[in-house]
Amino acid sequence: MSYVDVNGKQIEVDEDGFICDPDLWNEEIVRCFARLEGVDELTDDHWKVIHYLRGYYRQFGIAPMIRKLCKETGFNLQRIYELFPSGPAKGACKLAGLPKPTGCV
Amino acid sequence: MDDRETPLLDELEEGDWPSFVAELKRAAEKSAMSADLLRQIERSYADNTGHWKRGGIVGVRGYGGGVVGRYSAMPEEFPGVKEFHTLRVNEPAGFYYTTEKLRELCDVWDKYGSGLLNLHGSTGDIILLGTTTENLQPCFDALGEIGFDLGGSGSAMRTLSCCVGQSRCEHACIDTMDVTHDLTMNFQMEIHRPAFPYKFKIKVSGCPNDCAAASARSDLAIIGVWRDAIEIDQQGVAEYVDEGFDLFNRVIRRCPTWALDWDAEEKRLKLTSEDCVHCMHCINEMPKALRVGQERGAAVLIGGKAPVVKGAMIGWVLVPFMRLEPPYQELKDLIVQVTEFWAEHGKNRERLAELIDRLGMPAFLEGIGVEPCPQMVDAPRSNPYLFWREEEVKHA
Repeated sequence: MSYVDVNGKQIEVDEDGFICDPDLWNEEIVRCFARLEGVDELTDDHWKVIHYLRGYYRQFGIAPMIRKLCKETGFNLQRIYELFPSGPAKGACKLAGLPKPTGCV
Repeated sequence: MDDRETPLLDELEEGDWPSFVAELKRAAEKSAMSADLLRQIERSYADNTGHWKRGGIVGVRGYGGGVVGRYSAMPEEFPGVKEFHTLRVNEPAGFYYTTEKLRELCDVWDKYGSGLLNLHGSTGDIILLGTTTENLQPCFDALGEIGFDLGGSGSAMRTLSCCVGQSRCEHACIDTMDVTHDLTMNFQMEIHRPAFPYKFKIKVSGCPNDCAAASARSDLAIIGVWRDAIEIDQQGVAEYVDEGFDLFNRVIRRCPTWALDWDAEEKRLKLTSEDCVHCMHCINEMPKALRVGQERGAAVLIGGKAPVVKGAMIGWVLVPFMRLEPPYQELKDLIVQVTEFWAEHGKNRERLAELIDRLGMPAFLEGIGVEPCPQMVDAPRSNPYLFWREEEVKHA
């Protein structure tokens, strides 16, 4: 396991940089992860996606399907990638402090 | 104790056939990654279990797929494969390369990866095996410089593939390479940014011989077909027979619908065209005398897949005949209709065939706005009960 330094605190992440303990998540961590995922400035639109993902994860224990994310936030796929250049799974879910989404290759 | 480094893998070099072990050893001489790969695989054989971790999400900017994350579960012992990600690279339609382009590709991969590659994966991609997270973006950029793009992975439209079509084959009823290239360019978003319930594969074959294995290996198969009759060169058939070709046992008797008959006195092959099911058998047996018809287009099949959740399924006819000429708008519209319906109703990781199986074919056809037709029927109905919708019932 490796660690990311967030304002002097060591946060444990997996090899893909996803947080190991979702309960440690806070806005400082989002700002730190954002830099790593190529998000220069966190706008209201970013936070809307992040809060939606966290809410869904708290309720259902998994990440939503991407189509659902687009519908509920009102952002199309193009917009999601503009906000999070590394994509909804690697980018948005990581910033939202979700554990790594599972997926098939 | 065996003093060789890989005694178990060495066994796989025995015999008169090529061995991946021999290739790995050659690669190991040049690359530390490949050397550790060899050692980890040897260890897997000794322990009788794989030593890769599950999953892994890595990628390049702007893309949601195209890279498959792979990490060793024993990074301390095999540091060279600590990160060993796979890149899927979109192959050219028909798998044509110049040797120069292959050399350029290999130079990029020697620089940024293990140097090991696989031509081609079952979806058709060039598979570049093994690189680090740090090298992904520069490798992708370098691939772009020489004209290559990543392919699909995850819950996306996967890299399309096709047979060689009209470039090399007289049976091809459609320009498979152009269809594949055109659809690939059209569906870039769907290929690079996964947003489907699961994978979606499209393959294009030029004729029902189906050299791209489209009907068995793709959710949506485009297969070249003709609508008129097989062209028969009677002189050519007579020559086959005169040369001792066993027409009755090799062709007539093997026609699945008994659509062919041989008039021995007139030396004429007779075809009852409405009985022909386009199986290609007679054409394959007598290519010098029989040819595909002139009125050409494609059949679209739906629902083929290899087994995961439900067993293997072979595609079935959705559209018996469609003219295929650029810009292929009718085909593109159909693909959008089908994938939209599936994305809307499919559960996470439910392939198209499984969705249709769950909802029923009538609901699927209604959902995509396609009228049922006899060619969709695989076999006569054995169930005597039939559900009518309320509006279909006429009251006396």
